[in-house]
Amino acid sequence: MTRALRGLGLAALLGGCHGIQSMTEGAGFQGEQFSGLFTLFLAVTGFFYILVILGLIGGLVLRRRADRDEAGEKTARIGLVGWLGAVLVGLTGLTVASYVMDRNVAAASPARPPLEVQITGNQWWWDVTYKNGVPGQEVRTANELHLPVGVPVRLTLKTNDVIHSFWVPALGGKQDMIPGRTNALTVLPTRIGSYRGQCAEYCGAQHAHMALDVTIEPLAAFRKWWAAGLAPAAPPATPLAQAGYRFVMTQQCASCHNISGTPASGRFGPDLTHVASRRSIGAGTFPMTPGHLFAWVADPQGAKPGNHMPYIGLNADQLHAVVAYLEGLK
Amino acid sequence: MSSRCRTSLLVLAALALLAGCDREERRSRGNPLGEAALGEAALGGPRVSTLQPGVPIASPPDARAADFEENAYAVSQGQQLFRQMNCSGCHAHGGGGMGPALMDDRWRYGGTMEQIVASIDQGRPNGMPSWRGKLTPQQMWQLAAYVRSLSAQPRQDVLSGRAESESATEPPTLRSREPMVPSSAAGVKGTTQ
Repeated sequence: MTRALRGLGLAALLGGCHGIQSMTEGAGFQGEQFSGLFTLFLAVTGFFYILVILGLIGGLVLRRRADRDEAGEKTARIGLVGWLGAVLVGLTGLTVASYVMDRNVAAASPARPPLEVQITGNQWWWDVTYKNGVPGQEVRTANELHLPVGVPVRLTLKTNDVIHSFWVPALGGKQDMIPGRTNALTVLPTRIGSYRGQCAEYCGAQHAHMALDVTIEPLAAFRKWWAAGLAPAAPPATPLAQAGYRFVMTQQCASCHNISGTPASGRFGPDLTHVASRRSIGAGTFPMTPGHLFAWVADPQGAKPGNHMPYIGLNADQLHAVVAYLEGLK
Repeated sequence: MSSRCRTSLLVLAALALLAGCDREERRSRGNPLGEAALGEAALGGPRVSTLQPGVPIASPPDARAADFEENAYAVSQGQQLFRQMNCSGCHAHGGGGMGPALMDDRWRYGGTMEQIVASIDQGRPNGMPSWRGKLTPQQMWQLAAYVRSLSAQPRQDVLSGRAESESATEPPTLRSREPMVPSSAAGVKGTTQ
């Protein structure tokens, strides 16, 4: 019974290694390469670890005889030379494997990848801008990263405040975002699916709630998403949504948030042009549901204490109107 | 005194010192009730100010003034807002440009927390826009606390030692506190007859 429970516990722990935020289930070429190298290192060093432990146990069990003879000396010398040789072969193998992996990753990172995405870290959300060299084609969004499968992408990493670190375990590679610097990371997605990224450098109170929804999709779907992102925000459809639109445009919301195609053009909060089409609210804090949207707008400080969206103090009518408008921003 | 007794006394003293590490409370939500009351009252009528430049004015004291000014978190939030809301566009990191300097001892419309919040809330002639409805009252108080820190008015340990962006001016921690000169008609050139 106890053993079965223990086994179950171990299985549950191992289960944590799988899923949307996993280094071992690679969805990117770089991640797979790193993962392969890691497995090789684990195997080789594990083999030598076991050898060392066996040697120690052997040393304890077979105690050194006082009357060593010539033959014993010879065996020890052969064993020592053999050990040195094995260490040499092992280290050389690891060095070569590391070099080969490094070259593979470099070969998969063209000097000018066809797609460039600029990701700016903020306390505590990600500002994402898609660039393809044409200014009018830029798409700006927040807390979501759509990538086409099989296309190398250059991620330009910046920060607006403190040090953050961009890390999507499935894609592999972790790169710090340093104030005043621009770092770059090239990734090559290989598997379609939904993944999760997470800030990997402690950046303040809500560091844990600074997640990134990553979607890897076929090129055609990605193009469609880009085209949809270029479209201005949907106009409010119902009278309630229109009231929400007026509140958002004339009150505090527009000071910080941008909604393309409307007068709201703030740049210090996440872009809300297509906010309702995202998977989550507050950088992965809540799933995108009407209930969570209400909770967020009503009291952002209760939902994610310390975040930079202030408590505005909407009354019930205003709250319903604003949420109705935001829900229409598909 | 035995060495054991001395050790326990030392540990007790260290624990007492640790209590001093509780510097301040960080209230990210502000005070909802007070703010809602202020917001509702302010939204009703037209934006009329009784303040006149250069004329000493009495401003009703507000309990929140000391609360925000003596809070390093509020000051640093205000510092961030100062950049984000482009206050530097006119006030140039507090040194003054198109708008008046904020780090000197001259205050056209008063330099207390309450007066600065009133200036942000209502706007002032010749360029200062009204931020009512664009910022929450909590944010205005935070901004006022930061503006006061530009002339090193708050306590030394509340001041920020770090600039929000590249700046040629010294951080507030290295500035000396400017005296608060009471505003007078003569103090502001060209604004009164």
